Amino acid sequence: MIYIITQTLNGLFSAALLFLIASGLTLVFGVMRIVNIAHGSFYMLGVYVAYTIVARTHSLFLGTLAAVSAVAAAGFVVERLFLRRFASQPLAQMMMTMGFALLFRDAAFMIWGGDPFTLPYPSALRGSIEANDIVFPMYRLFVVFVAAVVGVVLWALNEKTLIGAKLRAAVDDAEMAAGTGINVALLSGLVFAAGAGLAAFGGVMGGPILGGYPGMDLDLLPLAFVVVIIGGMGSLKGALVGSIVVGLIDNFGKALVPELSYFTLFAPMVIVLAIKPTGLYGRV
Amino acid sequence: MKEVPVKLSTSVVVVVFALLATGVVVGQSAASVPIKVGFIAPLSGPYVQNGRDILNGFLLYLEEIGYRAGGRQIDVVVEDDEAIPAVGLTKARKLVERDKVHLMAGALLASSGYALAPYIDSMHIPMVFPVVSSDDLTQRRRSKWIVRTGWTSSQPNHVFGEYAARTLKLKKVATIGLDYAFGWESVGGFQRTFEAEGGKIAQKIWCPLSVHDFAPYLAQISRDVDAVYALFLGRAALQFMRQYQEYGLKDRVPLIGSGSTTDEHVLPSMGNEALGVITALHYSAALATPSNKSFVAAYRARYNKVPSYYSESMYTGAKWFVSAIEARGGNVEDSAALLDALRKVKLADLPRGPVELDDYGSPVENVYIRKVERVNGELQNTVIETFPKVSQFWKYNPADYLKQPLYSRRYIPPPTE
Amino acid sequence: MAEFRQIGWKASVPTLVIVLLAAVPPFLSSYWVGLLTQIMIFAILAMSLDILLGYTGLPSLGHAGFFGVAAYTVAVLATAYHAGFWTCVASGIIIGTLLSAAFGLLVSHVRDVYFLMITLALGMVLWGLSNRWITVTGGDNGISGIPRVMTGPITFYEVTLLIFIGCTALMMLFISSPFGFTLKGIRESESRMKSLGVNTWLHCYLSYVIAGAFASVAGVLWAYYNAFVGPTYLDLTASSEVFLMVTLGGPGTLVGPALGAGAIVLLKNVISAYTQRWLMILGAIYIMTILGAPQGLWNLRRRSRSRA
Repeated sequence: MIYIITQTLNGLFSAALLFLIASGLTLVFGVMRIVNIAHGSFYMLGVYVAYTIVARTHSLFLGTLAAVSAVAAAGFVVERLFLRRFASQPLAQMMMTMGFALLFRDAAFMIWGGDPFTLPYPSALRGSIEANDIVFPMYRLFVVFVAAVVGVVLWALNEKTLIGAKLRAAVDDAEMAAGTGINVALLSGLVFAAGAGLAAFGGVMGGPILGGYPGMDLDLLPLAFVVVIIGGMGSLKGALVGSIVVGLIDNFGKALVPELSYFTLFAPMVIVLAIKPTGLYGRV
Repeated sequence: MKEVPVKLSTSVVVVVFALLATGVVVGQSAASVPIKVGFIAPLSGPYVQNGRDILNGFLLYLEEIGYRAGGRQIDVVVEDDEAIPAVGLTKARKLVERDKVHLMAGALLASSGYALAPYIDSMHIPMVFPVVSSDDLTQRRRSKWIVRTGWTSSQPNHVFGEYAARTLKLKKVATIGLDYAFGWESVGGFQRTFEAEGGKIAQKIWCPLSVHDFAPYLAQISRDVDAVYALFLGRAALQFMRQYQEYGLKDRVPLIGSGSTTDEHVLPSMGNEALGVITALHYSAALATPSNKSFVAAYRARYNKVPSYYSESMYTGAKWFVSAIEARGGNVEDSAALLDALRKVKLADLPRGPVELDDYGSPVENVYIRKVERVNGELQNTVIETFPKVSQFWKYNPADYLKQPLYSRRYIPPPTE
Repeated sequence: MAEFRQIGWKASVPTLVIVLLAAVPPFLSSYWVGLLTQIMIFAILAMSLDILLGYTGLPSLGHAGFFGVAAYTVAVLATAYHAGFWTCVASGIIIGTLLSAAFGLLVSHVRDVYFLMITLALGMVLWGLSNRWITVTGGDNGISGIPRVMTGPITFYEVTLLIFIGCTALMMLFISSPFGFTLKGIRESESRMKSLGVNTWLHCYLSYVIAGAFASVAGVLWAYYNAFVGPTYLDLTASSEVFLMVTLGGPGTLVGPALGAGAIVLLKNVISAYTQRWLMILGAIYIMTILGAPQGLWNLRRRSRSRA
């Protein structure tokens, strides 16, 4: 029982990180149909930028702020200068993001070198909570909480605000939305920037535990794609449900059948695809 | 705008032809005065840090001797294998068939080592493996043209298993390690001698190389073991130490492990979570011998960081083949004689201590038991015990040893022991 | 020689290329012969993806999966079961093809960018298996020690050349057959083909399986060429590199992707010897291809010729 509770909590932490990454991926896909291979790079750049700022200012808050805004700005520029001109050409856009994934990886290597590092813990969140032999680190609990807050904010933005209404219109039918006077181009840029920022935020949140290292850009990207495919491409609710499903399956799979841990993860995806190709909450 | 791409396509064609042309030229000019040494290590990708340490050690030694040996200039061709065996093979082909190197050195991962071996044997070019520790390269799948100057994965762990039972008085140990040859062979070696001394490996947990979140594995560690044996390297070692402490395990179950887990390539990035961890390896940067002290000082002066075992390995590897070249009076064109000379080298004043090769071509050398301590504000692997002249077969008879299968992921020690 | 003429509707150029490829080895160092071998293997792979991507309009981002599975089949049979050469070759191709037949059932009703995502995911399933199914695949160690066949690079080169010619001829026949024209029709307008009574699902499915079969041939060759297999043969990077070969060369031309494969293999081997910034250059190639020649170099050349 203790084992199941602990592994469930671990699974929720994985889900929280995945949600931060996958929500941006799915939004970008929903609005622009971009399969963004460079999304993992934004996750990586987030923790690297934060590392530099934290080393200078010793402030995790400033580091987070700088990472999210710098990476969001980079995302905005990439979208504006390189992706927009290929609007509704998903192949060209995907190739483009692939190119940027390689560029970012090499750039990070050039700037920061290859030494791995971790971010410091926020001092208030050191240590772990213990109850009846269940040990769970405070910081991981905090990340779950933060991801939940982000989820609520995203939901409120999407459902309760004008931007959200425009966004939903654009997801449903970009041409129609443009016809009703929505600035789809600007909206696209903002969504892409927001997606990049969310991924960077995910990187920073994982920073004290996972840190930064060469190759991390491709570590979580496959899982994030699985989340998006299971949940339904373009659906925020899908990203949430998908993250939890994938986070839990991934943790229990690794613990119970380590030999086939990848298979346990991808099998549900294949089943979902066979039954409902658009994913659980996807619309086409 | 429309014209640019057309030019682009013509220029690609031109480049292709130019490349083919140079290929022909390079193919024809073979004889050269300097000695050409090919070097392969990961200089990008996830193991770049280890690769760079290897390269640093290599260049440091060559600089010390002014890139000269046996009266000839040494030219170095450095190649990056990205820690991908297939890329390593491609680079080895390039070094041998295009650059016409006289010998090669390098490689990091066991998988690269095994992938390179058949090719090297087919081309008859000696290669020095200073790091790759896959047991079978000098045991059941011996390669004629590969000269190992490093170690076998199980070598320090045979020593350590016995030490853990006899000196540390451990009875029950859980192991957690990376799920590939290096992990299996290290843990297997530890298990064999530890259980022979009456200890018991209660659990073996394997993590894929891509592991970053250790939570699902840490939750499985049984709380009633006396110690946890951990085997990681690079960023995984850093993350593991962090998370071991994060889950409150550090205060409950002492940590021991493979030398790579606390090796100096990653130790400076760690914090107090690494304190007190006991490991075994054939090197420590904290060794107080004169030759190591001068090596560490030179390395620090040159690269502004502490050398890792990877740095020392390739420093020694370079010294090794340079001694062989000296012994051959600079004649490297006769590769069979060079190979012979490489196998006969015997060095006493290496940073790690004296080394010579056994009949199977694997180093006989000291193994050090090390404990992480903080000295002058810096973490180091303090040597707490030295086992001299350890062979890859430990105390076993080589012939009997080789009848046993290679340590695998599900290794169970033979009942007779 | 007669068969060359059969495929040569524009006989002179292909014949010249074949004669050149057959005649050059004695004049090149073994290194360049090796590179040419690599180029032909990847050209088969790239052309097989072109059947899907260029002719049928189905962008597969998991194509290296079949290549890798065929290579693993050879490696496992040759090392763990000591199977003979022909058993290994046949099994590699059959298992790769059967796998594409199975995956085809899952993807053949999906189109466009969804096809991209799903094939990407399926490719990752295969990569995950190669990486984690350690008892069979050796995990990250990969499998080495595949026995060398046709020792001496020249003879392996010649066999590869023959297979390359054979595969190219078959693929050309395939795409110029009525079936191939239907595929192009589906690419242009699936609804129109449907209204003409064409079973578009079946056409897409068969196209997927055939592409998988040729990818398997390339995989078998690659396993023997390197005498080693590992998980990187079928990861996302591998799949996207094949994708780049096709896009760079020019989708829907077969010749273009083959040249694209040649360009990438050469750049990879030659440029990386001179610079440590190889990744950045490769990234720039992706971006410049899309910016400068979105239809690929071969199509560009064709267009400029028709304009002139």
